[in-house]
Amino acid sequence: MPENAPPLLAITGLTKRYATGDLALNEVSLAVPPGQVMALIGPSGAGKSTLIRCVNRLVEPTSGQVVLDGAELTTLGRAALRRARRRMGMIFQEYALVERLTVMENVLSGRLGYTGFWASWFRRFPRRDVEEAFRLLARVGLAHMADKRADALSGGQRQRVGIVRALMQDPALLLVDEPTASLDPKTSRQIMRLIVELCEERGLAAIINIHDVALAQEFARRIVGLRAGRIVFDGTPETLDAAALTAIYGEEDWSRTIRRIEAEDSVAEPVA
Amino acid sequence: MPILERAGGMPEWKRRTTAQDMLVWTGWLAGVALAVACFQFISDRTIWAFVWDAPTQGADLVSRMFPPRWSYAEQLWKPLWDTINIATLGTLLAIVIGVPLAFLAAHNTTPSVLFVRPVVLFIIVASRSINSLIWALILVIILGPGVLAGILAIALRSIGFIAKLLYEAIEEIDPSQVEALRASGASNPQVLAWGMVPQVMPAFAGISVFRWDINIREATVLGLVGAGGIGMQLEASINTLAWPQVTMIFLLILGMVAVSEWLSARVRHAII
Repeated sequence: MPENAPPLLAITGLTKRYATGDLALNEVSLAVPPGQVMALIGPSGAGKSTLIRCVNRLVEPTSGQVVLDGAELTTLGRAALRRARRRMGMIFQEYALVERLTVMENVLSGRLGYTGFWASWFRRFPRRDVEEAFRLLARVGLAHMADKRADALSGGQRQRVGIVRALMQDPALLLVDEPTASLDPKTSRQIMRLIVELCEERGLAAIINIHDVALAQEFARRIVGLRAGRIVFDGTPETLDAAALTAIYGEEDWSRTIRRIEAEDSVAEPVA
Repeated sequence: MPILERAGGMPEWKRRTTAQDMLVWTGWLAGVALAVACFQFISDRTIWAFVWDAPTQGADLVSRMFPPRWSYAEQLWKPLWDTINIATLGTLLAIVIGVPLAFLAAHNTTPSVLFVRPVVLFIIVASRSINSLIWALILVIILGPGVLAGILAIALRSIGFIAKLLYEAIEEIDPSQVEALRASGASNPQVLAWGMVPQVMPAFAGISVFRWDINIREATVLGLVGAGGIGMQLEASINTLAWPQVTMIFLLILGMVAVSEWLSARVRHAII
């Protein structure tokens, strides 16, 4: 994407103070151009989850602006907010599938924002949506699972259903919350690769919250580091050095983490 | 407190201090004394001659109850069918009213915590605090004797039961599945139908069948106050000292309860 293109998502001065008094986000400003896959790293409690939840207002920001495609989101009324949410697909750490519904129903639930209540109650989705659902399930290798109940799937399979559900919304932006935290290292890499590939295929931007620094460096084109509600690093994976990691996470021996960046083909280990 | 410092040696640990030990033993002593006093009180007001006579009286009653009057069964099929209908229709009516009440009462679905929820909780408590036999007594006065009074008595008692257990189940659902649908732009009714209803379905089925099972048993006594069903035959037989008929009624009730128990166990297995 050219540098001067207008950003898809522009966050300015975003602040969130919880009712308990905790300041989760402190004047965060961030611009994401269309099609950019960005990793958001930082220690637990740094505000990563709060940040992406403030974008689609699952958490109401205290102050600041969030502009998606030129439209201010923080002041939208209920109906307008629902329409805006359709453009932001969300993927969750624990998959958040409706466990007792089938894979197909979970996938089609991504279309609820476009479907009337009674049509959705009787599961009468437009033929176009059902075809798209089959196409996407085939794309992630789950076509044969369409009729299985979600609770019969493995973790990696569930996360792929979660990804397909988000894509069904026809989003411009993916908000991804710790997509690999519940998965083994191999499945984690497969899921990250899938998300990045799909973003490229469809020209989607993504904000991916992730604990695993090595995975972030391998798959994201931009890394933003959050610490105590403030952005303390913003750059390419190559510029994330020991000093930057210390700024994000605090003092620690980062030499082994750094070496892994240089040795591209080494096997990823979870970062403690 | 229980860690005691011993002069010069290792610290010692006891469950309670000596004073606490004394307190506990005093409590036990008081309890035993109270039990003895209560027994004394009951004993003073009991005519023991009748109690000593009880085995003879019991044996005499049993001898008059056997053999059951098998031919009486012909007259019992109709009231037995009424009893089943009272229980089933009463349960259905309670479901129709109790399920919406449950959604109005649950913290995570109520439209208003300050107004609607307390009102509904009061309705639930009122329904639960009055036994179906007492409801029947009142309804027979209002509606006259018959099956209708029985159905309404069962329903009025069951509304609170079903609503209470169901709203507790609704409050325990996994919020992340609900959040995922909300994030996709689904409307509130869609979130309810797609995210919450599937999660409470097993609880709903279990509660309904369990209540039906209880209602079958409760419906057998409603006839004692004139609210229809086999209880009316029971009362008539006892009043005329027709003990072989009473035995016959007991046998039929036993059979019916056994069948309903088996049926509800099957349904619960099938749904979960």
